Amino acid sequence: MTETSATTAEERRDQEERLLTTKPVSQSQLIWRRFRRHRLGALGGAIIVILTLLTIFSHFIAPYDYATQRRRFAYAPPTQIHFFDKEGRLTWPFVYGLKRERDPRGRWIYREDRERVYPIKFFVSGDPYLFLWLFPTDIHLFGTGERDLNSPGQIFLFGTDDVGRDLFSRTLIGGWVSLSIGPLALLISLSLAIVFGGISGYYGGGLDVFIQRLIEVLNSFPGLPLLLALAAILPPGLPPAVSFLLIIMILSILGWGGTARALRGLFLALREQEFSLAAKAVGASDARIIFTHLLPNTMSFLIVTATLSIPGLILAEAALSFLGFGIRDPMTSWGQLLNQFTDNTISNLTYHPWLMIPGFFIIVAVLAFNFMGDALRDAVDPFSTKGR
Amino acid sequence: MLNYILRRLIYMLPTLLIISLVAFFVVQLAPGDFLTKYKLNERISQETLQSIAKHLGLETPCEPLEWQWQGCLDRYWRWLKGVIWESQSTDPRTGQQWQVWSFQFSINSQFPFVHGFPFIHWNPDFGFSFETNQPVATLFWERLPLTLLVTIPTFLFAWLISLPLGIYSATRQYSLGDNIFTLLGFAGLSIPNFFLALVLMYWLVISVIPTFCGWGWGFFCPGNPGASVGGLFTQAHMAGSPWPWDWTLTKWLDYLWHLWPAVLVIGSSSIASLMRVMRGQLLDILNSQYIMTARAKGLKESVVIYKHAVRNALNVMITIFGQSLPGLISGALITAIVLNFPTVERLFYDGLRAYDDYLVQTLLMFFAVLLLLGNLLADIMLAWADPRIRYD
Repeated sequence: MTETSATTAEERRDQEERLLTTKPVSQSQLIWRRFRRHRLGALGGAIIVILTLLTIFSHFIAPYDYATQRRRFAYAPPTQIHFFDKEGRLTWPFVYGLKRERDPRGRWIYREDRERVYPIKFFVSGDPYLFLWLFPTDIHLFGTGERDLNSPGQIFLFGTDDVGRDLFSRTLIGGWVSLSIGPLALLISLSLAIVFGGISGYYGGGLDVFIQRLIEVLNSFPGLPLLLALAAILPPGLPPAVSFLLIIMILSILGWGGTARALRGLFLALREQEFSLAAKAVGASDARIIFTHLLPNTMSFLIVTATLSIPGLILAEAALSFLGFGIRDPMTSWGQLLNQFTDNTISNLTYHPWLMIPGFFIIVAVLAFNFMGDALRDAVDPFSTKGR
Repeated sequence: MLNYILRRLIYMLPTLLIISLVAFFVVQLAPGDFLTKYKLNERISQETLQSIAKHLGLETPCEPLEWQWQGCLDRYWRWLKGVIWESQSTDPRTGQQWQVWSFQFSINSQFPFVHGFPFIHWNPDFGFSFETNQPVATLFWERLPLTLLVTIPTFLFAWLISLPLGIYSATRQYSLGDNIFTLLGFAGLSIPNFFLALVLMYWLVISVIPTFCGWGWGFFCPGNPGASVGGLFTQAHMAGSPWPWDWTLTKWLDYLWHLWPAVLVIGSSSIASLMRVMRGQLLDILNSQYIMTARAKGLKESVVIYKHAVRNALNVMITIFGQSLPGLISGALITAIVLNFPTVERLFYDGLRAYDDYLVQTLLMFFAVLLLLGNLLADIMLAWADPRIRYD
């Protein structure tokens, strides 16, 4: 405040006034400040926002529907977008038509047909879909505008899979499952953790012992084998939405134990503190003490746990779907898209390497959540010096 | 201490019973069973079906979701009885008697522990694998050496790399090296193991192996061990003793070449997490007052770090070490599947897909028991390493 010699009396009065009228900064504002200064954390947050937006509008951004098969273009490699025409002049971006031939070993290979030029159009009508899974429409952000499934003018940004479904569209739409499964499973597992951990820590006694034994049994199974065994329970013919929900249930049922234990410890400590004793003395009900006095004090712990367990959930879903026990065709997720590699791994890798692209989305999403969780943990810790 | 261990072991019994129930019902809840595919096959007559069912002990249906419990209780009881005191399992189809677990373990009869416990004569019968027509225990023992051959090197690799890295990162906090390792650690935690395995295989197949072959290294040219990716051995070396001391040099080379991608893939994620824990622990300790005292006394920095700080930081690592021991058997599931390794995890996965009930529930139970023992071991090691910890 005194660094400049040019400070006039008026300015000084201004500053004093500001100091007097400055509101105290709340804890959450402090946390937000510390979080923003954490560069990697902010980057992670930004990536998550972008991925979420891409996913929400995925049906519109994707040039095709996720389930439409273009069998004529099975295993087509990624389409190249051209900006220069044959004479080398800069033009409106376009793609060449796809021509398919058999190579000497009888495999289909695809070449560009230089005679057919398909300019890229925006807001074209294409495969019909449900915008946000609700509103039927057929307008896509971009495409060639060819509605015939066999037309050579196709735009497969990431190539196609074994039955000719566009991998780019499937990847974007697969984000619905991959990105939502973490938060949804967390919602359930955190609720379970709060209820069981809260009861266990607050009441103690026989109930506490019982719940702790329950958690012990739950934790004595190694995660993935049990997860697989549970997922194998789901019958193959279930509608996609139901199996999606059941997988969320399975993930959350397996995931609440550790958090409940930690919460129990917090509750044990908190219930002995003066404010909760005071609440009890004035006759507050147990539910009120738990939910309005104790729980808010564990909020920062809960938020950090939540953010840090989302990557694990995304990875678990990816692993399940990859092994064929999670989300099943035609519904898709990033892990499910890689499922093709469980059979004929080497030949798929050699001849159709573009099928690996969805894996990079998993990495980016998980990395972003990890960064954000790390930054949040530092931000809620009042003694942390990082990111300051 | 002995008292404590005994008490823990006794407490384990009810937990084990519950675990066995959970394992059993998780497996039985799956729709259909091993017979389903025979039922769907029209060429198999009703009589054949019934006789198969009778042989497999599946004649009473067990569908908990349809409230058909009788068969379940029956099967569970039979299985439990076999595990606890039945010593022989009978091949339901041929009536041949199998002696399982200890006496007829043919792969390596010299190895000490396969002779079982000489005083107790506990020869558990874990049931029969429908799919392979062999006792579950035999299948398990067949796969165990190969599993350990994959996981022990991985384990050593991960621990030997991560501890020094953690110490380095903590002692040079926020230095360039620390930041790089932290970032790499995040990457290791964020890349799904199966995807890393795929990328690695792609790289090997597309560029490394052809290049090496082009340089005239015969080992990597088609027909030699180095040209293949996936699997633990090439065809030529698959048979024979699973124990490394019986191997020839070429088999060793074959093994090492197929092993390293797995070590790298499985190791990467554990290195990342171990390194972060070690770093965090050591940082906490380096900020404590007795370290300041040690420095103030004028101790050499290396003494301060290795004799005072690292020793205390290792406490948590010991716990993690004990808890991660079960991972020697069950930790490499997805990677083993992608890389096509004939390990116990692969057995579990195949059993799960084939509705091989007894196989799956035995392995599930086995994994759980290992985890319990690992936790106990962690506690014991902690008490042994840290004189402040007393269990009474």
